[in-house]
Amino acid sequence: MTAVVDASAVRIDGVSRTFGSGSHRVQALDNVSFDARPGQFVCLLGASGCGKSTLLGILAGIDRPSSGMVDVGGRRVGLMFQDSALLPWLTAGGNVALPMKIRGVPKADRQARVAELLAMVRLAGLADKRPHELSGGMRQRVSLARTFAQEADVLCMDEPFGALDAMTRDLLHDELERIWRETGVTVLFVTHDVREAVRLGDRIVLLSSRPGRVAEIFDVGLERPRRIDSPDVAVLAATITARLREEVGRHGH
Amino acid sequence: MVTETTIEPGALRKARAVSIDEPVSTDGTDITLAGLDALDTVTEPGRPFAARVWSATWPKLGAVAIFLLLWQIVVWSDWKPSYVLPGPSEVLPELAHQIMTGDFWSALVRTMQRAFVGYALAVLIGTVVGLAVSRFVLLRTAVGSFVTALQTMPSIVWFPLAILLFKLTESAILFVVVLGAAPSIANGVISGIDYVPPLLTKVGQTMGAHGLKLYRLVVAPAALPSVVAGLKQGWAFAWRSLMAGELLVIVPGHPSIGSDLENSRQFLEATGVIASMMTIFIIGVLVDAAFNVADRRMRARRGLLPEQAR
Repeated sequence: MTAVVDASAVRIDGVSRTFGSGSHRVQALDNVSFDARPGQFVCLLGASGCGKSTLLGILAGIDRPSSGMVDVGGRRVGLMFQDSALLPWLTAGGNVALPMKIRGVPKADRQARVAELLAMVRLAGLADKRPHELSGGMRQRVSLARTFAQEADVLCMDEPFGALDAMTRDLLHDELERIWRETGVTVLFVTHDVREAVRLGDRIVLLSSRPGRVAEIFDVGLERPRRIDSPDVAVLAATITARLREEVGRHGH
Repeated sequence: MVTETTIEPGALRKARAVSIDEPVSTDGTDITLAGLDALDTVTEPGRPFAARVWSATWPKLGAVAIFLLLWQIVVWSDWKPSYVLPGPSEVLPELAHQIMTGDFWSALVRTMQRAFVGYALAVLIGTVVGLAVSRFVLLRTAVGSFVTALQTMPSIVWFPLAILLFKLTESAILFVVVLGAAPSIANGVISGIDYVPPLLTKVGQTMGAHGLKLYRLVVAPAALPSVVAGLKQGWAFAWRSLMAGELLVIVPGHPSIGSDLENSRQFLEATGVIASMMTIFIIGVLVDAAFNVADRRMRARRGLLPEQAR
């Protein structure tokens, strides 16, 4: 029995979520089930209205499912947003230190860990910069460091690179992959970009929209490190895109 | 010299073959990333301190000079006799003379003491009321709009009641100063909290901050700009209420800037009247400058100054 429990870091079982009531009732998620093994990189892929942000909110504990259950086995879940969501009155270092401050980590320990985490995202020495002094890609890396400062075992990322230019996004894919391998965290990565999902994911959960349901799950067997412009990635992406279009097309009538 | 490269269809096929056959390498990511970071990092152009001070000062000096000139022109036009409307050449020496007397300073100290005590109380009450109204929906529905109504009420209309309640005492003045300033401060707190971006609150919550911790670490700093605006407006109301109070409620044996002004009027000393008014104006300018420094510093830290736009 324990072996079964240990086999998944995140287990999502029949999760539904409805908002409002009566004729204003909106179902965001309908009976969503999938799981992620420890250290696995899972991409949640879907068009608008597939309830991916709702799902991450439930995983991060800021929302509850209407029915079904989420089991993270007592693991700490960190959430990273599309907008870097850095607090503008704090420095980069101050932002990274914040989750530790909330947990009550002593100041000296905080400082050492902040330096370590900023070095991990290759922003060593920029602790005193303010968010407005950094580029979009640098802000997202500070945000990533801040999520790691929660000492999370499960990293939920809500379209973290969606607003970045292509070159920065490519580089950050490399960086995220490196950090993921170094730290061994489980990643749940939401995106609407099929190639990004194939570039990064061990497994891709394709969600249909309104309500969000699991349409299909793909296990990506491609060797790492991958490149977003490599032919294997393009071939698999084309297959998944066709499937995604089919799902989206059903809403046009 | 720019190198031009023409890519032939054959070369493309070759490049594709390379990327299929050779193991993909992500070496050099760090170097490219470092380059990108260097290009993206803004260096904010700075200016020497003296230049900044001068560019902030000369327009003000110019405005003062133009004002004095206009005033002098009105005096020269003989619109009113000079014992009713004296010129700058009479008032400025009078002001300079006043500043040298101990009476002036003890009056100034009393006035500022009243202002600060009243303002501090108003900050305390306004903050508590603001927090309560923003936190509890019922309270907001019940008294939210009264706070604004109270703010628009001219503070001078409170004085008849204040004098009945407290007679001609310090308390009467304090009462009206607090009532004048607290609503603005409460409104600043309320709108500050209302306008905290929900995303930032969510960030705080996902990091495990709740209740007081969330308020202290996320909500309060996020609301600060609006709170400062409320504090600034609250000061303006406090100062107006205080001046009205000092003219109306003359506490025996307690000279103040306002009572000096009223005394000068009763003795038909127009120079004294205008000199006192100038003192009141100068204090207003200095406090406003202090608020502006705080406001500017806060905005600079958050990258909200026009010259920080990128």
